Amino acid sequence: MITVKDLTKRYARTTAVDQISFSVEKGQIVGFLGPNGAGKTTTMRMLTCFLPPTSGNASIAGFDVLEQPLEVKKRIGYLPEMPPLYQEMGTSEYLKFVGRLKGLRGAELFARIDYVLERCAIGDVRNKLLGKLSKGYRQRVGLAQAILHNPDVLILDEPTAGLDPKQINETRDLIRSLAGDHTIILSTHILPEVEQTCQQVIIINRGKLVATDSVHNLQNRARGAESVLVEVGSRNGVLDPAAVEKRLQQIPSTARVVAKQSRDNRHTFEVETAAKDGSTRADIARAIVESGWDLNELRPAAVSLEEVFLQLTKAEASVEKLAAKGGQS
Amino acid sequence: MRNIWTIYRKELNSYFVSPIAYILLLMFALIFGFFFWNAVGMFVYYGMESQMRGQMFPMNVNEQVIRPLLSNISVVGLFFIPMITMRVFAEEKRNGTIELLATSPVRDSEVIVGKWLAAVTLYATMLLFSAANFSFLFRYGNPDWKPLAIGYLGLLLQAGALLAIGTFVSTLTRNQIIAGAVTFGICLLLWVLEWVSGYETAAWARVLSYMSVITHYESFGKGVLAIKDALFYVTLIFLGLFLTARSMESLRWRS
Repeated sequence: MITVKDLTKRYARTTAVDQISFSVEKGQIVGFLGPNGAGKTTTMRMLTCFLPPTSGNASIAGFDVLEQPLEVKKRIGYLPEMPPLYQEMGTSEYLKFVGRLKGLRGAELFARIDYVLERCAIGDVRNKLLGKLSKGYRQRVGLAQAILHNPDVLILDEPTAGLDPKQINETRDLIRSLAGDHTIILSTHILPEVEQTCQQVIIINRGKLVATDSVHNLQNRARGAESVLVEVGSRNGVLDPAAVEKRLQQIPSTARVVAKQSRDNRHTFEVETAAKDGSTRADIARAIVESGWDLNELRPAAVSLEEVFLQLTKAEASVEKLAAKGGQS
Repeated sequence: MRNIWTIYRKELNSYFVSPIAYILLLMFALIFGFFFWNAVGMFVYYGMESQMRGQMFPMNVNEQVIRPLLSNISVVGLFFIPMITMRVFAEEKRNGTIELLATSPVRDSEVIVGKWLAAVTLYATMLLFSAANFSFLFRYGNPDWKPLAIGYLGLLLQAGALLAIGTFVSTLTRNQIIAGAVTFGICLLLWVLEWVSGYETAAWARVLSYMSVITHYESFGKGVLAIKDALFYVTLIFLGLFLTARSMESLRWRS
């Protein structure tokens, strides 16, 4: 549905987006992830024909953004970072205007307006002035505007920014429910958002593509060997963490033991194992119980996208540092 | 075509839901009302004077009331036009709504023409208030309507040209005050350019005074439809709108 090839945006002194390539299948939700200033907004603006790329090309539903911008614009719904609202218009008046801009007329226009009013839960503010709406409502009117003409592709720039937790959940639910009919790209710098909403992640940092994969694969990739979190306690006498650590290291299948946290005579360790069959967990449990300690908790350590992200961007930075050093010598 | 209409309606709406339109119309009605009252008073005074002296000067409503009033409007218009156009694009840029317009399936030219037509409509509404004053002349006198109609056509053409320039200036900034001030400066300059013709007759002076928007109004004010003056305004309209289109395109390459 979306194909991007070597997309580059250069300004006088900086390169905002540097040769990014990816593609998105129909009906998917893709998270566009990166720290602030990574080039997310610039990439989205190029996809929506707001900015022309310096080089490379992008196409949406088979139409090139430079060659056939009008065809592309008919097929996208775009929610910019700042919802594009006219302060002095009422909600339904605004939707009517946007609908006409997008080419909707007559009964179809009114049917679609009713639909998005309900879908985005903004029916109760249909007659209010947009300038008087709260941030949450403004964001939802922005979303309503984007889906109004039932576009194939939705491009949402930080759709949950500035919302309270309840609104964030509602917006995520809404976005998830839109998938299938629509192909969705959403940008964010909040990692859990991607984990919860998206099937695929595109990570960019400083204008460069760092990784593109499914959420599941990325987590696995970063995890590498299996690791387990163990919390050990003792009800009789003070427990010496060094002793526990030593005991854990004696288990044949452990590769590495890292002390994580100590509090109230309870100690948490992260144990990396070489064995993939899960036998280590049984060994750990036995070792601790046999030593007379309490096993409070034993669970696999899930690698959050946060760690994946940090790892990936760190790797990128160190590669760059090496390259810079090579250049100097 | 339908897109132009959509933009036009939205634009006209935003003039009339905000106080801008009403303040402009009120100020214009006040100022013009005063001009009209003054001109008619003067006309009546000279009429009585000539009767008292027993000398019958030729008195003519068209020449002595309507014509000077029309050229007053053409100058007063210079002050109102920046206030009409300063928000046209500057506000869209500041609000971020320009992103909506630029990513909707409409052409830049449709957006520009729609916006410009709305500005011209607001100006024409303003002129209606002056027409209300003139209607009294028809009620109590017998002026010729043709020169008046041609005078109004000239006013619309002149305003159209300046509004096109103002629209262009508005695309250059996101600050309405800057857009207004620059447009005002340009309007003023285009007015005073003709002053050089007062003391200089060299070619450069004639070119400068030819560029003055006021010079080209003279024939319309007299009730003469001069094609070359009409063409001057039409050319200026096209130039202004063309520059607006270029500027919008360059926005994308720069921003």
